[in-house]
Amino acid sequence: MAIRNVNLWRSIDWVTIILYFVLVTFGWLSICGATYNFGEHDFFSFSTFTGKQLVWVCCGVVLALVLLNIEKKYYEMMAYPLYAAFIVLLIATRFLAEDINGSYSWIDLGPFNLQPAEFAKFATALALARLLSTYGFSMEKRSDVAKMLLIIILPMLTIVLQNETGSALVYLAFFLVLYREGMTGSLLAVGVCAVLYFVIGVGQGEKLLESMPVNVGEFVVFLLIPLFTALMVAVYGKRMSRAWWIAGVNLGGTLIAWLFSRYVVPFDICIVQLVLCGCTALYLLYLYVLSRYASYLLIALFALGSIGFYYSCNMLVDKLKPHQQMRILVLLGIKDDPTGVGYNINQSKIAIGSGGLWGKGFLNGTQTKLNYVPEQHTDFIFCTIGEEQGFMGSAFILILYAVFIIRIIMLAERQGSNKFTRVFGYSVASIFTFHLFVNVGMVIGLAPVIGIPLPFFSYGGSSLWGFTILLSILLRLDAERESRF
Amino acid sequence: MNNDYRYENRKFVIVGIVLAIVVVFIGRLCSLQIVNDEYKQHAESNAFLEKTIYPSRGVMHDRNGKLLVSNQPAYDVMVCMRNVKELDTLAFCQALGITREFFDKRMSDVKNRRLNPGYSAYTDQLFLGQLTAEEFAMFQEQLYRFQGFSIQRRTIRHYTYPVAGHLFGDLGEVSKNDMAKDDYYRRGDYIGKQGIESYYEKQLRGEKGTEVLLRDAYGRVKGSYLDGQKDVPPVPGKNLTLSIDVELQALAERLLENKIGSVVAIEPSTGEVLCMASSPTFDPQMLVGRKRGENHHLLSQDKQKPLLNRTIMGTYPPGSTFKTTQALTYLHEGIITPETQFPCALGFRHRGLHVGCHVHGSPIALVPSLATSCNSYYCWGLYRMIGSERYKSPQEALTRWKDHMVAMGFGYRLGIDLPGEARGFIPNAAFYDKWYNKHWNGLTIISISIGQGEVTLTPLQIANLGATIANRGYYITPHIVKGIEGEPIDSLYTTPKHTMVDARHYETVVQGMREAVLNGTCVGANLPGIEVCGKTGTAQNRGKDHSAFMGFAPMNDPKIAVAVYVENGGFGAVFGVPIGALIMEQYLTGALSEESQKKAQTIQNRKIDYGNQER
Repeated sequence: MAIRNVNLWRSIDWVTIILYFVLVTFGWLSICGATYNFGEHDFFSFSTFTGKQLVWVCCGVVLALVLLNIEKKYYEMMAYPLYAAFIVLLIATRFLAEDINGSYSWIDLGPFNLQPAEFAKFATALALARLLSTYGFSMEKRSDVAKMLLIIILPMLTIVLQNETGSALVYLAFFLVLYREGMTGSLLAVGVCAVLYFVIGVGQGEKLLESMPVNVGEFVVFLLIPLFTALMVAVYGKRMSRAWWIAGVNLGGTLIAWLFSRYVVPFDICIVQLVLCGCTALYLLYLYVLSRYASYLLIALFALGSIGFYYSCNMLVDKLKPHQQMRILVLLGIKDDPTGVGYNINQSKIAIGSGGLWGKGFLNGTQTKLNYVPEQHTDFIFCTIGEEQGFMGSAFILILYAVFIIRIIMLAERQGSNKFTRVFGYSVASIFTFHLFVNVGMVIGLAPVIGIPLPFFSYGGSSLWGFTILLSILLRLDAERESRF
Repeated sequence: MNNDYRYENRKFVIVGIVLAIVVVFIGRLCSLQIVNDEYKQHAESNAFLEKTIYPSRGVMHDRNGKLLVSNQPAYDVMVCMRNVKELDTLAFCQALGITREFFDKRMSDVKNRRLNPGYSAYTDQLFLGQLTAEEFAMFQEQLYRFQGFSIQRRTIRHYTYPVAGHLFGDLGEVSKNDMAKDDYYRRGDYIGKQGIESYYEKQLRGEKGTEVLLRDAYGRVKGSYLDGQKDVPPVPGKNLTLSIDVELQALAERLLENKIGSVVAIEPSTGEVLCMASSPTFDPQMLVGRKRGENHHLLSQDKQKPLLNRTIMGTYPPGSTFKTTQALTYLHEGIITPETQFPCALGFRHRGLHVGCHVHGSPIALVPSLATSCNSYYCWGLYRMIGSERYKSPQEALTRWKDHMVAMGFGYRLGIDLPGEARGFIPNAAFYDKWYNKHWNGLTIISISIGQGEVTLTPLQIANLGATIANRGYYITPHIVKGIEGEPIDSLYTTPKHTMVDARHYETVVQGMREAVLNGTCVGANLPGIEVCGKTGTAQNRGKDHSAFMGFAPMNDPKIAVAVYVENGGFGAVFGVPIGALIMEQYLTGALSEESQKKAQTIQNRKIDYGNQER
């Protein structure tokens, strides 16, 4: 193979680099706002969070420069060994790390602590890219699918062992990559349905519908199940009329039951809904037997699985550890107790809400300074943006993020037949998306309280370096792209 | 690689997901920040400030109702950084009596979130704690000149008498550990650190109350919430009545001055501790207020360890006071009868072993052996017991012996209501088997019969022995607190514990102890009109002998049992007996006679030189 001299200066993607520096700068300013103490405050002193963050940024840039000068072939070559090394490191961390609030994820290196879980993401992304770009790899081959899932699940397990479930969940982002690479779309759809059932079913589980002995959450879920089923029949089935039938019978039956319960004898409509859903599933099974068309069987299983999933969620919520359970319940508005567990989210919403349209101005936030908001410089950093920069500032940051992620997707897409870079690029995009979704969602009260950082904004060297590594490897891989046409 | 382009359109789905997330988030932000006014109002009137109202801590009285420990006001200087303007630092430092360096250091410490995690420039932070009333008066005159500074009242302990520091213990700020153990505590709370303050912390502290205040976005208090409907009043701490007689305690501490040692007196019928003095001691007032840290450091550095409560933490060889326990054991086990005589030719001589004794008649019976404190008698007793055919082996004999000792309250903590009690040591068969590799007999371990060798007791255990003999065979676990306001004391402190020895054998030992006072080693303890019983102890150790005494009075209606232990005091009769006698006299007659006053003065002034070693 001929040595190809890449002109980094010319072929590197400057848009991404500029976006990176803009985000990091805004991140640093946000930390200033979150930790500002009034009076004489030296943002550059190493004893402050801002001073330290500045050092981490500089180290990160040096690290990026090194990574940008390593050729793609070495990344491909080192993908598996690196991945193996990180799995070993993650397991070792569980035993070397000290107990910090029940989590065993930090390795003490003297002057600072490192969290290997933040770095394992790029190794996993490399390994996945390597596997998917192997000649002859196919999602139809069971052994390949098994290898693929193993690569994703192994680091998750080791991180769960460290009691860092939040960081482990980030690896779910890789399924978005798999979807792009050909994983069947219905899996993604089923995932979305599961989230909806959980949020609605459990979240509204304690409210009652009007004056009837009907549980709102259960009612809505049993309304959604036949609708989704009908939608699937419409997409995958042979005849649209069957989809209309299913939707019509279910909605009609529910309506009759509702009217009966409302005006005649109050009873639990969900029983009727459950029977209707069961009948729908039986109808689909009948169609399967009749036509031998596998989709009907799968859709019937989906309907039955949905019912089972809803009930097992209800069970699960009772089985979770109290604080985890509370975190979910609080998110869903069940236990909204300002001095209890809902306190964090409540205070965080107050801080953001108090920002108004234009915000209170840089360093002028008060909610975050009075320590109403916990972990204001790490997981809840978005509060400071919301409070000091207002709607305009925080919306701007979100849009900037969207542009950044879409730019990364563009980089991934322009790789032509170079699957390695594309898979890696999508991995980077998915990881950023997941972090953005969960972190900001948590702060504004739309996602559960899961302690993962907001990339480039949350204080901390490990996470900043982790994201910088992901990005700089992608930039290098992209710089070696070959034109598609 | 045809497949590669098959899924290309999926990029639109993924971009769609990203855009959907951002759009939903922006919508949510819009509703939080623009549409919905509720959160803004929340922030403006924000946050209830739950202010803790501290209950007053329970006070302590002595057994005669004299107030020992009470509360006094102290004043904390608070600072609100945001409001500090145009401060005349020099005048400020002068008003508080602090140096400029100290001022600068405090100001930077307050702002340092590592040292002071709850820091906010808008709220009051502790600048200087616990000003006394005089300091406060000085400062308050000028307070109007110092914007941003204010005063917060709190209470600290006040001690009526400069005695019993070891018993009261002290209060200090809660440690991380305390907070982890008990959710009740918050940073900056005070907790009992030693002594009664620690042991009865739950009763003394009461329950904190809360006052719900409203504060604005800058943290300024805007008044009470719902006119105080949600306030929870604090529950004051419970008052304690101690079993201590403060006059007796003061006398005991006085007599121990210039010496290292302990005095413990117990009321035998109730197990109540009448006095418990450990020397060297300290004035409890030293550990209150701003000087606490400094004084605590000084006391903890002192080589004579004044912070150590030797009455329960010191373990010593009991010496001859222990002979009473041996007499009881041998009598009960049938090794001897009151009439049994043993020879003593200036000591115990057998198979080349010699334990010395002093001049007295020989052979000697039990009662005179107690009176003259004959070593030989007890050596013979133990030798006989360990070799006796009643037991299958020396091991079994020693186990029986150990069971007697444990039943008398030795070898384990008695369970007094003070933290830090030591167990002392009673060897058992396994211990000697290990030590001597199973090659031991009565002779090997003969010194335990005279309270030497491996045996160690705390002064409290020696006093409890006196109480047990006074009660003719039982004791009630000694305790310092005889009453808690509104709740009964632990049933442990009301239940008698019986030893394994018959009461009639105790009567014999009482005779011996009475004889010791009339004609034996304790003649110095003979009080006019009171039948005193006593037993001296002279415990050998590496330095000069320890001087010990154990006794009780009156013989047939015991009101007080006392133990005295003076380190390196020489013969029991030198310090032990006279101190014991003075304590009994003070308690039983209510005051010291003129002659005794002089005697007390002499003993108080007698100094034992302990050199400069670590004790």
